[in-house]
Order: sequence, then structure tokens, then C-alpha cells
Amino acid sequence: MEQVIFTERANQIVRKDGAVDFTIACNRDSLAGAVSQRACVFCGSRVVLYPIADALHLVHGPIGCAAYTWDIRGALSSGPELHRLSFSTDLKEKDVIFGGEKKLYQALTELIARHKPSAAFVYSTCIVGIIGDDLNAVAKRVEAEQGIPVIPVASEGFKGNKREGYHAACKALSKLVGRGDVSAVSPLSVNILGDFNLAGEIWIIKDYYQRMGVEVVATLTGDGRVADIEKAHGAALNVVQCSGATQDLAVMMQETYGTPFIRASYFGIEDMSQALYDVAKFFAEKDPGIMDRAKALVRDELSMLYPKLQEYKKDLKGKKAAVYVGGAFKAFSLVKSFRHLGMDVVVVGSQTGTEEDYKELAAITDEGTIIVDDANPLELSAFIKEKDVDIFVGGVKERPIAFKLGVGFCDHNHERKEALEGFAGMLNFAREVHATVMSPVWRFTPRRSGKAASAATSCTSPERPCDCAEVK
Amino acid sequence: MTLLRHTTPEIKPRKALTINPAKTCQPIGAMYAALGIRGCLPHSHGSQGCCAYHRSALTRHYKEPVMAGTSSFTEGSSVFGGQANLLQALENIFAIYEPDVVAVHTTCLSETIGDDIPQIVAKARQEGKVPDGKHVIYANTPSYVGSHVTGFANMVKGMVRGFAQKTGKKNGRVNLIPGYVEPADMAEIKHLAEALGVKSILFPDTSGVLNGPLTGQYSMFPEAGVTVDELKASGDAIGTLGLGEWASAEAARYLDSEFKVPCKILDLPIGLKATDRFVDTLRQLAGKSVPESINFERGQLVDVISDWHQYFYHKKVALAGDPDQIISLVEFLVTLDMWPVHIVTGTPGKRFEARIRELTADIPHEVNVKVEGDMFLLHQWIKQTPVDLLICNSYGKYIARDENIPLIRHGFPILDRMGHVYFPTVGYKGALRLCEKILDALLDKQDLTCPEHQVELQM
Repeated sequence: MEQVIFTERANQIVRKDGAVDFTIACNRDSLAGAVSQRACVFCGSRVVLYPIADALHLVHGPIGCAAYTWDIRGALSSGPELHRLSFSTDLKEKDVIFGGEKKLYQALTELIARHKPSAAFVYSTCIVGIIGDDLNAVAKRVEAEQGIPVIPVASEGFKGNKREGYHAACKALSKLVGRGDVSAVSPLSVNILGDFNLAGEIWIIKDYYQRMGVEVVATLTGDGRVADIEKAHGAALNVVQCSGATQDLAVMMQETYGTPFIRASYFGIEDMSQALYDVAKFFAEKDPGIMDRAKALVRDELSMLYPKLQEYKKDLKGKKAAVYVGGAFKAFSLVKSFRHLGMDVVVVGSQTGTEEDYKELAAITDEGTIIVDDANPLELSAFIKEKDVDIFVGGVKERPIAFKLGVGFCDHNHERKEALEGFAGMLNFAREVHATVMSPVWRFTPRRSGKAASAATSCTSPERPCDCAEVK
Repeated sequence: MTLLRHTTPEIKPRKALTINPAKTCQPIGAMYAALGIRGCLPHSHGSQGCCAYHRSALTRHYKEPVMAGTSSFTEGSSVFGGQANLLQALENIFAIYEPDVVAVHTTCLSETIGDDIPQIVAKARQEGKVPDGKHVIYANTPSYVGSHVTGFANMVKGMVRGFAQKTGKKNGRVNLIPGYVEPADMAEIKHLAEALGVKSILFPDTSGVLNGPLTGQYSMFPEAGVTVDELKASGDAIGTLGLGEWASAEAARYLDSEFKVPCKILDLPIGLKATDRFVDTLRQLAGKSVPESINFERGQLVDVISDWHQYFYHKKVALAGDPDQIISLVEFLVTLDMWPVHIVTGTPGKRFEARIRELTADIPHEVNVKVEGDMFLLHQWIKQTPVDLLICNSYGKYIARDENIPLIRHGFPILDRMGHVYFPTVGYKGALRLCEKILDALLDKQDLTCPEHQVELQM
């Protein structure tokens, strides 16, 4: 392979080899100069809090931070849509010199009067961290005057990557939790954490829990409402999806309110079923019938799903996938989901995985699989070519790279248009994978059209069979 | 369901806040401009979020890979300055990605902590971190000043400041600064210059960079864009045409004052009259006559306007976008006998309102203009005085849906349609396309919503 890997990054990329103990370097700052696919603290906080639909989300900073996060994520709401507007104090040079507190106060006061939100989140940006505006003081004053929670989010961009942003968001959320009356909450109740209701996914999951007889108190944060979050401490259990985004909140709630939590993934058949069984097991003492209901639900859903999946599998068997996602937890589910389609994941990586995450990935993938932390586009492109994959699963910045290489793509990130969670989501996923892997367009792309030709002209380069056509 | 129905019709003056912006920040404009240099890696000197956001936004708009480096600021850099980060970044970038040029732009963070880019770049060169024959240019683009448009202008100025040379011998070429327009527009401007027989240097030039073909290869540096040699030669040109005051004037004037390359600043050649002025000025500058092929294109445009003028007649239009674009669009709408009545730009600049007032002076209707306005205000105006057509970027779709107005997407960003990348709106051909888009929008709505007995087959 051509030289595309920084020597400093060599130990962030591992090829699975069963003979050697697995170690990988991760969770460290991106190298300056690297074309990293990572984002900042603000980005992490914003994606976590943004779906709370009846809250005001005011970005305190220059216009860019608000402009780039204006309704870019399809976090659906069943009611108010205040979260889809973009509010910014639009700081100017003068504010940077003299401070932006007055402007922030005015903006908050004006917005709360006009839109009557249930709470307000005020996001710090890099510049606010430098000029030292006292967000806490302003928030406290407005909260006292307006009578709604006004919560500063310490999301100065330079303080780290998305992970720190998740933490700041969880701290902000913890200030809402505990304010509500929980006397009417059922003993059989959960909060759904770490789901953002992209394409309406949280509605699917909520429906499953309700069918099992479990009350969903708060959804954090997809289709979120302030009043629900305020009584989240009344739930008997937190079910936390995604390895990074909201786990900190679950930990805080465990410490403060004693609410236990379990981790879950709603992607793919095994993980979805496991999530329901885990919740059923948790409530089995209080409600002995719950496990039977969970099993019946899974059986019903699977009996509908399974035959349809087989149809897709016929075409997809033996195809190869590369996965590069934000959190590693999602990657686990994807590896398993692809197996159901008869496909292998041959490259897998994440922006924010921990060593533990990567060890688990190594455990569930096949020999030779490339495992990578914080990859850059050149590396990803080299891996795609080396492994001759048929589909790349990633986010917005990876999509055009896959297409340029003549490889199918599935957005499993912010921009997914189909619900991919739950049993219904598994079918949608299969359809999306089928649509892109089997697309006739790849027949017209140089790499793939050359593939047939290279086979005919007896390819002599077994290491890089896919490159023969390019050399011609 | 309530789709974003949060806009209140009563307008109260707002000083402290922007809602639904009609602009974004400087660095993304600098990044876009830098992508128009062949073999150039834009570099964001700030937190890695800035870079990720700009790359994502540009990727969504162009559906193409967008590469850029970042200094990946941390808490430490924000206290001690970003020099160490930039030095390391330059060393890494040249070692691994091997660009010919790195175009550094600053962010609000690096500006506020006071990093001195030329000094850091000089140090990098001294320490051998910038290999011989490789280049670093820069632009100061704090996010709390100007907008994406001024960021673009600053980086274009950075190009001539970094590269232009004067040998004392004129090369007979004309510098064309196309403004903050789409790759297809840049190609169209080159096409017009070629048709006139003018040897030009167009910069930046993103055509072929952000609308390239699927090749089966991924290349960080597509074989397109203005070359370093061409940029060097800009100092020996016989003249510069800067298209668009906001995006192009800085660089054009810099070449004029530093290299004595005379410049003219024209409006973006969008619409009949502005394209006429462009063609005429270029013709005079290069001493050429207008070829029949260009006359033919112009004639087709006038023909279409005459064929369809009754459908344009006095239709009211609301616009939001960048000043250079809006000025030319408003002029063209007036040419079409349409009434642009609500006009917003997020980008600051005093001359904007005066230009719009001048262009709309003969419209017998009140015209609302707001500089440093936002789309929330535009929506409020529309609620008070409804319009027949909205021209703005993809964020206009919320207003269009709420108010049931046809929308023509124009400007940045366009996140939900493909045409802007491939079909120009500049030149006579671009104006023809605008006519098509306007008529399609107006007439599609009429066909779908008029009473059944009024549905016309022949229009």
C-alpha cells in the first residue's frame, strides 16, 4: 500500500491477527495537520441537546457555529419544532473586545418572550471561552426573571473532541433532571437515552417498550420534551444507547438518584432483541409476565422480518463492507447486521472508540479485518481499495469518497433518511444496502467495469486485484 | 404538524440576535476559494470542529470530497498560542499529503489569541518544514467579522499577495476574478473569455475540482484549478476584471496598487445587462470584437424574454443571499419586468442598500431591504406582503412551504438539489437557465393550483 499513514498514527491502525494480542492506541487528540474526520466539543454538545424540541437553543458565538448546526440532523419531533430554528448572538468584533454578556442577556430575554420555550440552552463557543463571558451569571439572572430553566452548556470547541461535548451536554441535562413531579410514574418505567429520533426511530423503540408494558418516561433526547426530562429521575431504569453520547448522564443519575442503567443497541436483530430481553429481565420480579411478552414481541417481529431479509441476502451474499462511524458501539451492531445479510465487514473504525470498544470489535470480526481509530480520508480510501469493498458505511464527509471510488454507501449517521433501528429498521437497512450495493451505476464506473475485464485478461496481482483496471 | 411555524408576523427590531442566518462565517469562504488552486490543501488554523463543519457544509453542497487540514487546537493552544500546532501541521501536511500549496486561514479562536500567521510560516520555512518549491499562503478570517463572502475575498487577496510577481513584461493576459460563484459559473466565465479570444487567468477556479467526474480513483488534489504559475503571472497581466464588489474587489485592487495592473470592478455577470457589461468591458480591455457565437447566445436570451414576458410581468419576488449575487439578480428581475420587493443579505456592506434602491427605483411598489438581515425577517416581510416567488438557498424551503410560494434555489448552501453544481447562472446561458427556472416555478404552481376550468395547455 502506498504511504498514506502518518508514522505517529501507526498504532491507531491494527490488522486483526489472532496470533497477536490486540492493542490499539485511541482516544487521543488528532495530529495537527491531519485531515481528521473528527469535530469539536460544541459539535458534541449540540448533537446531543438539539433534538429537545420545545427548548430554545441559543448559540452564543459568531454566526458560523449556529449556521453549521441549523437543522442539519433529521431529529424528528411529534410536536413543537423550535429546535429546527437557528438562534445566534452573532458576535461581532466589538463584542469580542467588550464582551458579549449584555447581548446574550438581551437575546435570551427577547427570545423567551417571543417563543415561550419550556427551557433554554445556551451554548458556549471557542470565542466565549477566550473572552470569558460569565454564562452562568447571565443564565441565572434570566432564569430568575423568566421562570424557566436557563442552562449554560460549557461547549467551548477547543476543549477537546466530541466526547467532551457529550459530557458537557450530559451535565446540562442533569440540571433539568429532578425538577419534575414523579408521583404518577409507573414502577415499570424506563428512560430511553442516547437516541435522537433520526427518521423517527425512537417512536419504533418506544412502541416496543410500551407493547411490553413498560412506560417510557423521557426520551433523551430524540423527540425530547423538557417536562419529560424533568421527571426522568422517576423512571426505574435508564436504557443507554450508543457508547458515548449520554452514558455520562446515566452515571450522574445513578449517583444522584440511584437509577440503574443498562447499555443497549437498537441496530440489528441480536442487539435489538437483547435490549428488550435485558429490560424484561430487569423488571421480571415486578412483573413476571414481562419476559413472555418480550419474547412474543420478538417472535412476531422476526416472523415478519426474516423471510424478507432472505430475499435481500440472495443478492448480497459474499459482498464486503467497510464501516467508519462516530461511536464504536454502533460498529458492533453493524458487524452483526451485515452477517445477517451474508456480508463481511473487512474494515471497521470509529472517531471516538475506547480501547475496550476496539478489543470487542477485534473479538467479533474476522482475521485480517482492519481496525482503525480516528481515520483520515486517504487511509479510508486506501483501505477501501485494498479490501475491494462493495459498500462503505459512514457519515457525510465519507459519502463522496466512496462514490468517487465506485463503491456503494449507506449513511448510518446524521443524514440517514430511513429509520434503521428496531426490526423494521433492520429491513430498511437491508433495503438500503441492497439499493446501493446492487445499483446498476457501478457497472459504469471505471473500477467496477474494469473488474470484469481484469478477470478476463488474467490478473497477475493477487494482492491488489482491484487495481488492474486502473493501471491499464 | 407544525412545520417550523414559529415565525411571528409582527416585526420588532432586533439588535442582539440573528435568527435563521442569511450568511455564515469567513473561514468557509476562504476554504472554498483555496480549493480553486491546483494542488492546494486548505488549512484551518483553529479547533478541529471548524474544519469539520466547513468540510461537511461544502460536501453537502457539492456532493464531492472536500479536503482540509486543521491545527486541532486544544486548551493549551488557546492559552499559549497556536504556533506549535501550525508548525507541526505544516510539517505533517507536506510530508504526507504532498500538496503544492497550503492555504492557511484563521478562525475566531486563533485571531483572538493573536497568532501571527506570516511570522509562523516564516519560522516553518526557516526550520525546513516547508519543502523547497512548496508554498504557504494565508488569509485572516476571524468569524466575528464579515461573512463567508468576505472570507472568500480575503483568501483571493491572499492568493495574489502570496504569488503575484512582476517581471516588467506584460503577458497580454487578463485576470478574471469570478467571485463567490459555483464551479459551473467559473467554467462559463472562462467560456465567454475564450469565445472573445481573450487569454485569461481565472482565479480561483473550482471548476473540475468540485464538480469532477467519477473516475474510480480518489484523489486529494484533482487535476483542476488555477496553477501556481498562472497566479504568479497575474502580476504581469494587462488588466483585472473583478466580478462582484464584495468577493473580488480586494484582490483586484491589490493587484492594481501593488503591481500596477489596472482593475475594473463589475457586477457578477448574472442576467442580460450585467453580462452585456462584462462582455463589453472584457472586449475593450483585450481589444477584441464580439464574435457571432456570443451575439447568438444573447439573441436567444432576448428571444426567450420576449416570448414569455407576459408571465414575468409584475410578479413579486423575495430574495435572500450574498450581496454580489443579489445585486445582479435584482437587476435581472427588473429587466424581466418582475418586482423584487423583499431583499435580505446577511453580509455587511454599506453600498448594498444604495445599489438595490437604485436598481428598483422605478418599481411602483415598496421595496424592503435589509443589510445584515436574516431569513426570519424575510419571512416576516413575506407574511405582511406576500410574494409570487422566493429566490434563496435551501433554507428557503421552510418559508416556501409555510407560505406556499415557489422557491428557486440560488446561493449557498444548496443541500437538496443538484443543478447548481453543473449549470451556470452567469452569462447569457445562465440567464436563459434562470428564465427557465423562474417560469417553471411560476407556471408549475399555476398549473397545480388554478381553478380547473382555467388550466391552460398552451402558454
